[in-house]
Amino acid sequence: MTAAKIRPALEGYLTERDGKPHLLGSRCTACGTYYFPRLDSFCRNPACDSTDFEEVPLSRSGRLWSYTNAAYQPPAPYIPVKDPYEPFAIAAVELEREGMIVLGQCAEGIAVEDLRVGTPMELIVEPLFSDDEGDAIIWKWKPQAAGADA
Amino acid sequence: MSNAIHILGAGMHPWGKWGEHFTRYGVHAARAALAEAEVAWRDVGFISGAATMRCGYPGYVAGATFAQALGWQGAQVNTSYAACASGAQALAAARAKIAAGECEVALVIGADTTPKGFLKPQAGERPDDPDWVRFRIGITNPTYFALYARRRMALYGDTSEDFAAVKVKNAAHGAKNTNARYRKTFTAEDVAQSPVVADPLRLMDVCATSDGGAALVVCSADYARAKGKQHTPRIAGISTATPTFASATVEMPDLATDSTAAASPHSFRATLPLAAFEQAGIGPEDVDVAEVYDLSTALELDWMEDLGLCARGEAAQWLRRGDTRIGGKLPVNPSGGLACFGEAVPAQAIAQVCELHWQLSERAGERQVEGARVGITANQGLFGHGSCVIVER
Repeated sequence: MTAAKIRPALEGYLTERDGKPHLLGSRCTACGTYYFPRLDSFCRNPACDSTDFEEVPLSRSGRLWSYTNAAYQPPAPYIPVKDPYEPFAIAAVELEREGMIVLGQCAEGIAVEDLRVGTPMELIVEPLFSDDEGDAIIWKWKPQAAGADA
Repeated sequence: MSNAIHILGAGMHPWGKWGEHFTRYGVHAARAALAEAEVAWRDVGFISGAATMRCGYPGYVAGATFAQALGWQGAQVNTSYAACASGAQALAAARAKIAAGECEVALVIGADTTPKGFLKPQAGERPDDPDWVRFRIGITNPTYFALYARRRMALYGDTSEDFAAVKVKNAAHGAKNTNARYRKTFTAEDVAQSPVVADPLRLMDVCATSDGGAALVVCSADYARAKGKQHTPRIAGISTATPTFASATVEMPDLATDSTAAASPHSFRATLPLAAFEQAGIGPEDVDVAEVYDLSTALELDWMEDLGLCARGEAAQWLRRGDTRIGGKLPVNPSGGLACFGEAVPAQAIAQVCELHWQLSERAGERQVEGARVGITANQGLFGHGSCVIVER
């Protein structure tokens, strides 16, 4: 049996620092505004006309701004992963340094009952779906383990 | 104010899932509006259409499509696209034409034929399109409504029962509206027994998509006076403002908000009405009736606060006291709202103004809000589009 190959479900959304996954964003070198997904064309701050950006890994922890779930199977291009369908939770997490709220699925096994607005959350990587080519991975949010290093 | 235009007539094709060509709904609504206005089709100098993106080329040039269907008579034509705010943008175009002296009477029309089932993105692998990306991750439209609803619960103590009460109220209003698609009354138990779509929202908390058409006949103050109709309702303010960076609410179809690292946070919904109030020279305390975009039950409560109709966090208290039902101190969605109509995108913002016209000219029948003199609409769509219209008599 060969090890399953791993690939990103979306190109250019994830990076790694010191063995830990981060969302890959960008930052305007003139005004400091962050972007996710990455932006490298024109800064959207109306007070800034910069076209220079640097790639930056975003904070991998933040506070839960709000949450919900997908109780029904979303339409394509969502790729079903279980038959019958099982709902998954969705989190909106507020990143303090970036001043930004980022959405994402919650980690496998996390249900809305496990979540509370304000809970510290951290970013992990898990398969979004799997196919003949292996696992297509994506970022997901999960409640931070007590005492975990952000 | 000097740019105010009068509403001479309003018309609708009933909302439903009729499966007919969208032109049929638009012409039906236009003829009803012209009849109520007592204006001959040949006297209309400008046809301002709201585009539908779902109905092929005729939908992209909706203004011309309606003009041809009603019979070419040489009028000027325009088509507006602003997602869910397209109808209000078309109304703003009509006001500008009239204010510029380029026409006396304009016909504003929007109509749509919607596919069955949930709205979904175009097919194919399109990872550069944020709409495609969020659906790939499983983030649908109700996801956003649910995030806002849960946030209300955490911040203000709103409950699922409050959200259900919005549906119960709007269903009671819509039951008296022959243009509404859903005319059945519901109880809180009915809502609670409908399946969860996106926790905490249930199927009956979230609006459907519909076919429908709405039209308005609007004119200059001089024309209204010449016809002896100077006491008809006036459009006193229209805002179609865009957001201000940094927009701090996560909006469809985005995966993230703007960053507030270098700019202060702004709320798009809360800034939308400001220009309309300024134009009308009034404030939220002057409003007697509101038609707001209840894509979800909880969103109606957000809108009440964003319009300044009540203090932040207090909308559910108004609802619980019965202040927002017909007969209360500030009825919200007397038409039944999207809860009873379902969304017919290019027609919906026009339909909101139709309802205010009927309320302010005391033609609302069983839904009449007694003594209403000032009404407001609010609406938001994708990609930084939104609208707020103030109607006075």
